Amino acid sequence: MNILVCISKSPDTTSKIAFTDGNTKFDENGVQYIVNPYDEWYALVRALELKETIGGNVTIITVGNAADESIIRKALAIGADNAVRIDAEPTDAFFVASQIAEYAKKNNFDLVLTGKETINYNGSQVAGMIAEFLDVPFASQASKLDVNGTTLTLEQEIVGGLQIVEVSTPAVVSCAKGMAEQRIPNMRGIMAARTKPLEVIAPSAVDVYTSFESYSLPDAKKACKMIDPSNMAELVDLLHNEAKVI
Amino acid sequence: MKALVYINTNHFAAKASFEAVTYAKKLGGEVTVVAYGKAAGAEALGAYGANKVLVDSSINDADNQQITRLVASAVEATGAEVVIFSHDLVAKAVAPRLSVRLKAGLVSGAIALPETGNGFTCKVNVFSGKAFGNVAVKTAVKIISLLPNSIQPENVGGTATVEAFNGNVGAAAIKVMDTKKPEGSIPLPEADLVVSAGRGLKGPENWGIVEDLANVLGAATACSRPVADIGWRPHHEHVGQTGVAIRPNLYIAAGISGAIQHLAGVNGSKVIVVINSDSEAPFFKAADYGIVGDAFEVLPKLTEALKNFKNAN
Ligand SMILES: Cc1cc2nc3c(=O)[nH]c(=O)nc-3n(C[C@H](O)[C@H](O)[C@H](O)COP(=O)(O)OP(=O)(O)OC[C@H]3O[C@@H](n4cnc5c(N)ncnc54)[C@H](O)[C@@H]3O)c2cc1C
Repeated sequence: MNILVCISKSPDTTSKIAFTDGNTKFDENGVQYIVNPYDEWYALVRALELKETIGGNVTIITVGNAADESIIRKALAIGADNAVRIDAEPTDAFFVASQIAEYAKKNNFDLVLTGKETINYNGSQVAGMIAEFLDVPFASQASKLDVNGTTLTLEQEIVGGLQIVEVSTPAVVSCAKGMAEQRIPNMRGIMAARTKPLEVIAPSAVDVYTSFESYSLPDAKKACKMIDPSNMAELVDLLHNEAKVI
Repeated sequence: MKALVYINTNHFAAKASFEAVTYAKKLGGEVTVVAYGKAAGAEALGAYGANKVLVDSSINDADNQQITRLVASAVEATGAEVVIFSHDLVAKAVAPRLSVRLKAGLVSGAIALPETGNGFTCKVNVFSGKAFGNVAVKTAVKIISLLPNSIQPENVGGTATVEAFNGNVGAAAIKVMDTKKPEGSIPLPEADLVVSAGRGLKGPENWGIVEDLANVLGAATACSRPVADIGWRPHHEHVGQTGVAIRPNLYIAAGISGAIQHLAGVNGSKVIVVINSDSEAPFFKAADYGIVGDAFEVLPKLTEALKNFKNAN
């Protein structure tokens, strides 16, 4: 099975979130980038497991600049066979999806996997857009994925429950918790990653649909009001009369 | 602006649907709703400002490709300039597809009405709720997926006409083999009130006191990540940066330390109550009301106090 896994960088979960240039740019100062956890833990690892059981190839793709090669090497160290970097700033989800879809169209993948969202923009957009560009089925937020020939069996979250579904390849699947367990790259993987093929491709021209104009931070919380543990009637009173939430 | 709202089948009486229709109404133009399946109850959306509800009753189940075709047909039929979804699991699959199909920019997870003075920009949560972004949409047709609990539904007392509609939905590509829906539970992302607990509860057998409180409040239950990871609670209850992001009116957290990744999923809550035996727990810095105490004693007392309050009111 020929699998394409889309990976994105995201700031480490403990990063301080701040903005520069009149609140128009994310302040990267001191920020450590990681592979977006959903892409790494679930999409990539499940792709590798499938390859290990049924054979095939796992290509990873990211839209980003040269500085992002550290996350590519990490994904290769975990076990992907080869990598593609579309050499461009990932300005919005539509741009990223357009670039990836164009590559995917030319390279006949059976399966395109993504994480369910990134932890920086939380948009859940790229996978669905790729599916529409390729005109193939899209299973979103899958927590299990099994393959039998050209049939995929998936478990996916739906509003208020779970569904077991079947879909034929080629397809796009976005991956959520439950799909696989995080893998820590070993020394051999890290060494091998250095020589695995990395193709750098120029982006194609795409219309701008959306753009982030500015950012802001939430207002600072006021000090927490402490309540005596033996006086829950007071808390109930505050929730009713002061906070007005009950 | 002329608006089209997609509403999930059987969700005509859901709060999230009222919010989406209210949002559309506030854009100032005609409001059309599109849905599939049974039309029963659809006219009720008129109360929130819908003029018309288009229902394609040729299908009772639909996958995201079919819903995309349905909504695209309705955009063509109505000339809508803005398409609105409630940001749920269906919208997360359909709205991106529709964006490509209609060449329409998508705002995913909007939390406010757009600013239209100079262009069209809309506020969203970014960095898992740690910041906000303003997204400008440059295309003629715009798609907005509205985060639940972002605006107050407004009953304007109108009625909607319900019309049969052919959405040219085509065949399903996704075959549903089995559906599991836990009965009676409130879906977490839509809940106004949430009671959540963490590793401080020590074991799954102790969740009775959490559920008692949730039942008295009519709240949904949630948990921290390690609690879902070790299997004390189901995965769909896991909130935080790598779980569900929620923004209820009230979030009560017992025995949760308040790690940055946990806070990322809950800091959009209007009011946060923290119960923790450690007065140094970081969660108190993000809380509105704090109780330093043993959850095993505080939770039942709070449940009792709420029962008294409910009986008196
Ligand atoms: C990449 C990444 C992503 C993550 N994503 C998430 C996420 O999405 N959501 C999430 O929740 N976590 C996430 N985490 C984990 C997070 O860092 C914390 O480890 C986790 O939230 C801690 O869970 P907890 O508060 O239940 O447990 P603990 O940190 O063990 O805290 C238990 C708390 O209970 C209190 N306590 C103990 N006994 C009692 C008692 N009797 N009464 C009252 N209080 C008591 C203790 O004082 C303590 O504060 C992530 C971590 C990483 C690295």
